[in-house]
Amino acid sequence: MEQKKGTLLELHDLSVSFRRYVHGISLYQGLKQTDLQVISDLHLTVSPGEIVAVAGSSGSGKSLLASAILGILPDNATVRGHLHYKGKELTAARQEQLRGTEIALVPQSVTFLDPLMKVGAQVDGHRKPWQVEKRKALLKRFGLPDKTSQLYPFQLSGGMARRVLVSTALITDAQLIIADEPTPGMSLNQALEALRLFREMADEGKAVILITHDIDLAVAFADKVAVFYAGTTVESAPASDFKKGLDALRHPYTKALWSALPQNSFTPIEGFQPYAGKLLNGCLFAPRCPYKTAQCMEKIPPVREVRGGEVRCYCGS
Amino acid sequence: MKEVLKRSLRILMTYSIRMISLLFAVSVVSFVLVSASPMDPVQQYIIGLGTAVSPQQRVEIEEYWGVNKPPVERYLGWLSEVLQGNLGESALYRRPVAGIIGERFWNSLALMLCAWLLSGVIGFGVGCFMGMYENRWVDKILKKCCYILSCIPSFWLGLVFLLIFSVWLKWFPIGFSAPIGVRGEDVTIGQRVHHLILPAFTLSFLSFSNIALHTRQKLIDVLNSDYVLFAHARGEGKWTIFRRHGLRNILFPALTLQFASFAELFGGSVIAENVFSYPGLGSAVSAAGLNGDVPLLLGITLFSVLFVCIGNMAANILYGVIDPRIREFG
Repeated sequence: MEQKKGTLLELHDLSVSFRRYVHGISLYQGLKQTDLQVISDLHLTVSPGEIVAVAGSSGSGKSLLASAILGILPDNATVRGHLHYKGKELTAARQEQLRGTEIALVPQSVTFLDPLMKVGAQVDGHRKPWQVEKRKALLKRFGLPDKTSQLYPFQLSGGMARRVLVSTALITDAQLIIADEPTPGMSLNQALEALRLFREMADEGKAVILITHDIDLAVAFADKVAVFYAGTTVESAPASDFKKGLDALRHPYTKALWSALPQNSFTPIEGFQPYAGKLLNGCLFAPRCPYKTAQCMEKIPPVREVRGGEVRCYCGS
Repeated sequence: MKEVLKRSLRILMTYSIRMISLLFAVSVVSFVLVSASPMDPVQQYIIGLGTAVSPQQRVEIEEYWGVNKPPVERYLGWLSEVLQGNLGESALYRRPVAGIIGERFWNSLALMLCAWLLSGVIGFGVGCFMGMYENRWVDKILKKCCYILSCIPSFWLGLVFLLIFSVWLKWFPIGFSAPIGVRGEDVTIGQRVHHLILPAFTLSFLSFSNIALHTRQKLIDVLNSDYVLFAHARGEGKWTIFRRHGLRNILFPALTLQFASFAELFGGSVIAENVFSYPGLGSAVSAAGLNGDVPLLLGITLFSVLFVCIGNMAANILYGVIDPRIREFG
């Protein structure tokens, strides 16, 4: 599949599934295996200079998306579909070469730091020469005192740990930063500072994928918001559409999400996200959709371009 | 550094108090056990004399030793002597117990230290190797070997080693800590080491597989942790991860296990020393038990408590040096 001009990262029909053993051993077949599909037919494009927010509820497979891009999924995972980075297929060998240099991850909690290694050494990473000056400047920028470098992760507060985690990515010269829930635990000012740094990097021509469940934050700082539901993107829209209101949005789920926000009508939607093991044949949102038709239940709708955004819906307008 | 020192001092204090109370408790229990046993120290003493003793003389000896006094009085008498550094005289060797312990302890210490280092270093190395190649064929084979090894009693292993390496291959001597027919002061270090190798190996196999299997499992846990996933995400390779995160995080549990094996090691040395007729504390304690040598038995019992306690204390102090979390929160 050809990559569109000027995009940094492009994912087409990306699916991730896990092979797992089901309980019970059958005498004739050994352990029974099934595939558990956690990400299905995902589309996402990220261009240089862009912050793309991937927003969705917990359990929608957001963090696995980051692992899939970096090529660090566990051994029992299978990836299908196309990943392109800078116009070329992102193969396993290329992922190995790029992670930590061109593509950097901001993990989501302090457990991603080695409990027995000093913070400074962890921010520096394993690549030499260590950029001690840059590290000091970064920590200072985040309001972390100089002695933070000498601390161990267990001595950090939640907010400090987040800022250290963000620093690990910013110290590299990565073109693409994947931030997995980077802001919870930070104070509003610190979160804004972190996002401002991301914004700054994007303005320098880099790209940021911001994985979050905070729609407000996504809308405020991102250029584009990809709405994630049950392991797939149902809609990818310019962030400005969320500010314009209900009618600017395309997918029924995005609309429901918008309506559920406190500043809007604050109305929840019935039902729940389907469990990864029990995916449907048709549109994954169909059971909760007020506009569903017989067609929606049979086949997953293709991705369509509607008013400058992408939507996976038959009726979306 | 200051915290480490402070913590070490605190441990030293608490352990000294604990050790004294433990020594007291062990002395009471072993004294009671020896009193309740059918062992007759007077009889053993007379056998050791090698001459006939008339009933009259026997009564005099009993009178002199206070055998018929109440147990508490006997215990207090013994305790006050022990506190003055007199552990009594061995009926078997006809020498002061303290001297025997002092002499044999060095033999045992050399043996146990070698075995301890061997099992620690090899066990840790093999464990790391298995963990890095989890579920590959090397790991599967080594794991089976470890399971088999941990099922083999060490006296049997010692006999097999003797059979193969001493009798068939003639690489190592069959026993003792020095060549036969050479005067004590003429024994070279090389000869001592030569005599030490087989018993040390036998003894090390006691805890080797235990340490290897634990290290393997711990390394696998570490490799499945979030921070290793993040290290992968930052482009660290398999061995960089092992060096930067693996070693650091498994060293502590491995050391815990290694120091916890002190008591086991002391017990194992009794078997290893007997199989190889090695003149250490282990063979002395079994000789004392079999021959009813009460002073020697009690002396070695107390000494082994002291030894194991000091080992555990050293471990506790070391933890604080290695692990920053313990250093901070004690």
